[in-house]
Amino acid sequence: MGNTSSMLTQYDIEEVQEHCNHAFSQQEIVSLYHRFCQLDRSGSGFISSDEFLSVPEFAVNPLSQRLLRMLDGLNFKEFVAFLSAFSSRTTLQQKIEFIFKVYDLEFNGKVSFNDIMSVLRDLTGSFMTEQQRQKALTHVFEEAGFSQDTSLSVADFIKVLGSSDLKMEVEVPVD
Amino acid sequence: MVVSTEADLDRPNIEEYLSADSIHEPLMNLQLRDLLDLSPRLSEAAGAIVDDSFTRCFKSNSSEPWNWNVYLFPLWCLGVAIRYCILFPVSVSILAIGWLIFFAAFLPVHFLLTGTNKWRHYIERALVEMICSVFVASWTGVVKYHGPRPSMRSHQVFVANHTSMIDFIILEQMTAFAVIMQKHPGWVGFIQTHILESVGCIWFNRTEAKDREIVARKLRQHVQGADNNPLLIFPEGTCVNNHYTVMFKKGAFELGCAVCPIAIKYNKIFVDAFWNSKKQSFTKHLFRLMTSWAVVCDVWYLEPQYLRPGETPIEFAERVREMISARAGLKKVPWDGYLKYYRPSPKLTERKQQIFAESVLKTLEK
Repeated sequence: MGNTSSMLTQYDIEEVQEHCNHAFSQQEIVSLYHRFCQLDRSGSGFISSDEFLSVPEFAVNPLSQRLLRMLDGLNFKEFVAFLSAFSSRTTLQQKIEFIFKVYDLEFNGKVSFNDIMSVLRDLTGSFMTEQQRQKALTHVFEEAGFSQDTSLSVADFIKVLGSSDLKMEVEVPVD
Repeated sequence: MVVSTEADLDRPNIEEYLSADSIHEPLMNLQLRDLLDLSPRLSEAAGAIVDDSFTRCFKSNSSEPWNWNVYLFPLWCLGVAIRYCILFPVSVSILAIGWLIFFAAFLPVHFLLTGTNKWRHYIERALVEMICSVFVASWTGVVKYHGPRPSMRSHQVFVANHTSMIDFIILEQMTAFAVIMQKHPGWVGFIQTHILESVGCIWFNRTEAKDREIVARKLRQHVQGADNNPLLIFPEGTCVNNHYTVMFKKGAFELGCAVCPIAIKYNKIFVDAFWNSKKQSFTKHLFRLMTSWAVVCDVWYLEPQYLRPGETPIEFAERVREMISARAGLKKVPWDGYLKYYRPSPKLTERKQQIFAESVLKTLEK
């Protein structure tokens, strides 16, 4: 499937659908495939960081560098699996698991105080000092009943975010 | 072909065009969930990966195939044969004859009538208009011009949306405009430096900061002169696919003179006139146009606009863009076309960070 000029067969589409737990319809997958090929200018079968950053709306996102580490070297199947967290057919729990993964870049299944600090650093940049960030995070940690040395698990994330009205949906344009 | 002045080239100043897009609801009481919930930012990022307005501006839209039918297919084949075996050679000979006449007249005029001869300017202008008509004829151009023709007058500048270098040719065949343009390599560059100079065209290199200063100065001098050909600027600075308009560079709107908008809309029934300069050389682009049945387009000369009291050049540019977009049926996007060549400025990211940081800090104060 690395060949960008090839068309998707029904088998390919079904395979991709299987891989992303049917988060996308067949039409949406075809549409995503066109998009994938459009972004993969060099035709290498994956989208390089540079190619992702050529989309200005993506490049200006404060989390773009972090997301690039997750997106690096994904082939089309993995690319769709990545995006499946944003499908309307994906459960809230899967969406929260995705957010967890954004924090847990080392894939150890735990998110420490420092992991959250580093995301907060991406989100606030130079507009908050390190002390202010520390203070804010310590405050909310204590309020939620965690101490600074506790590492949060997926279950904790679900507990914290599960009750909120999480809106994380992206519509795939189908023509 | 591009316009530009001064500092606005170095840093695309999009932030001035964007409204506050992502203002968070004021947080009443900071909770862990507010910090952990990355969903708005992640959705934005994923949305941009799936589809973004910037890339859409530069996508060539391939035409729908219509020939896959037993009855239509032979017709289509016949069409191909006519287009490539009859129409194309005819186009080439028209071009060749046109150039022969052009050079036969241009060279003697250019070298014999020296100095600031009024006749020389007059003849050269007529010849440039003639060769542009030849070009339009070579693609069987069907161009409808609406509105009053531009006249020679000082203190006015024409601005148009930009789809391909052929915009210039189409406009030039009616009026010999002086154009601000990007310097091109190859034979196009030769025409620029040797022929278009005679109508007062100014060219520069998009990436050279020094060139820009010179252009800005030349620009101001040019609009003051009464005898100069009217100035034409493509303020988008890059070719867009004629479905969208990208941000207008403010250079043309700071000259303190009348801005006359021109809207150009191509009909894609026979060929897509968008020149994707990163994928295609201009020669190939012309070949595509010459082997198509026709290039159909509408040109509207709109009413001159002036800077309103209290209006900034950027607001003025946006107002004119709105007029052109409405007339030609184009969608506006808040992006700088130069992002094709540069990464967006970190300022945009910083603004998003600032908004979030401020909302967090506010709750901390309480």
